Amino acid sequence: MEVLRIATSGSVDDGKSTLIGRLLYDTNSIPQDKLEALHAASKRKGLDFTDLSLLTDGLVAEREQGITIDVAHIYFSTPTRKYIIADTPGHVEYTRNMVTGASNAQVSLILIDARKGIVEQTYRHFFIANLLRIEHLVVCINKMDLVNYSETRFNEIVADFQLLLQQAAFKEQVVEFIPISSLYGENLATRSEKIGWFKGAPLLEYLEQISFDREDRQHPARFPVQFVIRPRTEAYHDFRGFAGKVASGHFSTGDEVISLPSMQKSRIKSIEQFETQLSTAHAGDSVVITLEDEIDTSRGNMLAKPDNVPAALKEITAQVCWMDQQKLVSGKTYLLQHGINRVKAKVQQIHHVIEVTTNRTVEDKKELGLNDIGKITLKTAQPIFGDAYPVNPANGAFILVDEFSNATVAVGFIE
Amino acid sequence: MSNKIQWEFPQALEDEAIYILRETAAQFERPAILFSGGKDSITIVRLAQKAFYPGKIPFPLLHIDTGHNFPETLEFRDQLVASLGVDLVVRNVQDSIDQGKVQEETGKYASRNALQTVTLLDAIEELKFDACIGGARRDEEKARAKERIFSVRDEFGQWNAKMQRPELFDMLNGKIHIGEQVRVFPISNWTELDVWNYIRREKLDIPSIYFSHEREIIERDGMYWPYSPFLNTTEEEVPFRQKVRFRTVGDMTCTAAVISEADKLEDIISEILEAKISERGARIDDKRSEAAMEKRKQAGYF
Repeated sequence: MEVLRIATSGSVDDGKSTLIGRLLYDTNSIPQDKLEALHAASKRKGLDFTDLSLLTDGLVAEREQGITIDVAHIYFSTPTRKYIIADTPGHVEYTRNMVTGASNAQVSLILIDARKGIVEQTYRHFFIANLLRIEHLVVCINKMDLVNYSETRFNEIVADFQLLLQQAAFKEQVVEFIPISSLYGENLATRSEKIGWFKGAPLLEYLEQISFDREDRQHPARFPVQFVIRPRTEAYHDFRGFAGKVASGHFSTGDEVISLPSMQKSRIKSIEQFETQLSTAHAGDSVVITLEDEIDTSRGNMLAKPDNVPAALKEITAQVCWMDQQKLVSGKTYLLQHGINRVKAKVQQIHHVIEVTTNRTVEDKKELGLNDIGKITLKTAQPIFGDAYPVNPANGAFILVDEFSNATVAVGFIE
Repeated sequence: MSNKIQWEFPQALEDEAIYILRETAAQFERPAILFSGGKDSITIVRLAQKAFYPGKIPFPLLHIDTGHNFPETLEFRDQLVASLGVDLVVRNVQDSIDQGKVQEETGKYASRNALQTVTLLDAIEELKFDACIGGARRDEEKARAKERIFSVRDEFGQWNAKMQRPELFDMLNGKIHIGEQVRVFPISNWTELDVWNYIRREKLDIPSIYFSHEREIIERDGMYWPYSPFLNTTEEEVPFRQKVRFRTVGDMTCTAAVISEADKLEDIISEILEAKISERGARIDDKRSEAAMEKRKQAGYF
């Protein structure tokens, strides 16, 4: 069974939580007792309808203020798929959480209020979905009930959004526009009669038919070694297995591999998944690989194939999204975590900051603060074996960790 | 639409959980598995077995024994530990009570659920665990839906919802200061159904109370409570025998039973798919207020 991960985003009042609540409701995913709790909570708030957004706004502060301040994960299944929704904040100061939620998504769902059209945050959210190269983008034009389900209004917004798409860096993104009303469930789980002029599929039907060719399996083979398994028991006296999750591409028994950074070569003797022997491991598979020869490999190293070895990067230029209250300090040393490998990295230069709402670079702004996105160059103490993010996303991203606070302060995308 | 039976376990969830367990073993000095004997922690133990095979599970199991456990659970725990050859550490809530660190609740709703947080934090401090692996899932409860996979807790075990580290892609940052600790949730993205389908696929043994059996129960507030010496009852609450099973395994004082004939895994899964009550709806400890879980988490609860 496939897992489809979706990130939802939109401004505070676009009705994200209502949309999700509605999807759960319409797929019978809300148990009776939770539904009753929702009725009761809605009544206490003096509402005369069941506020489905209360289902996802889980924290006390959120219920008080009626906004979403963190990433909430919501789950539902249909007979074909398991869905994981990361419901991410729309509020500008929680943009970092949106990046977080979007980082694991295959589908980005953007909501637009039909009355307001594209607003500042739409630009930001689109920019992030495009920067992260999320394969599918679904733009839900919500609150159609408040514009009399007008086709003209829908087309206006679509035309405005097309202009955005023209400037995008990642042009292969598959984009779909759907007119909906989350409050009344129009075009969510079932086709809306009120929006009869719309010939496309309602949201859930559209999500169900999205197909994934698992592009990461076609990318160059990368296997970061997480853990070396050496049981030293009688039965497994000489066993030395490299445990990890295939980041991209695939590995088969008999394949020649090269270990980085030692550059020593060997062949794959076996690929094991507990008591099962596999002939091939694909991107996403957690396995144990054993090699024909004793070569120098430990945690943080990477296995690749000799015909496509990632470059040893000591100077990295990357787009970064800053996620910490403390600003990025030029010349400061951070810990750079690339996959599972950590090295020290010093910020050499801040090139520019990107104004995401206009997609313009601000050349004279040389500092990055919370929620800023910009381009920097880092110098690392040891080389990392990364790919450019657009070429191989699974081996092209890193995080920066502050050595003093231990906080995760940034995410970067190698250029 | 969701009533159609879904038996297939999504393999991506196991790959993710194993990856998280391996990161835990690599990034921390003294991790432990918090083991309750329930289906979620049994799943965690299985995942750990698979993650490090043919090596041994590199973590001990830590069981906080409230003294109010189902005897069937304890029996199961001991069998599992013996069969896997892992280390088991048990710390008792009764000891915390005897030391005067916590006070037994009174009244008919008295339970040791809140008390176990103190015993847990003491055990973490005593045994110097820097990471505790738990079987909590985000679909269980809405405060849990917000929690990270590596959830950093301060010296007092407290969770600060507003200061959580962003988790990007699959990169986990387990760096902490001395005294801080991390709770690790490898099956964060699993649902109750995923856990059952996994148990079925892996043919795992689970405590007998998950299956239909006859037991003495009382009815209170529209729920069926297991009758035991630990439960404070009123005169009107007369125990009677009934065929029931449990959907979660907590203490005998805070886990309600459901009337059920399901005595096979397949029947349990069918039952869950049709169930009208959510899993934690049978947890009396969550009913105390709308924010009950979030408050307990802030206080260091698992």
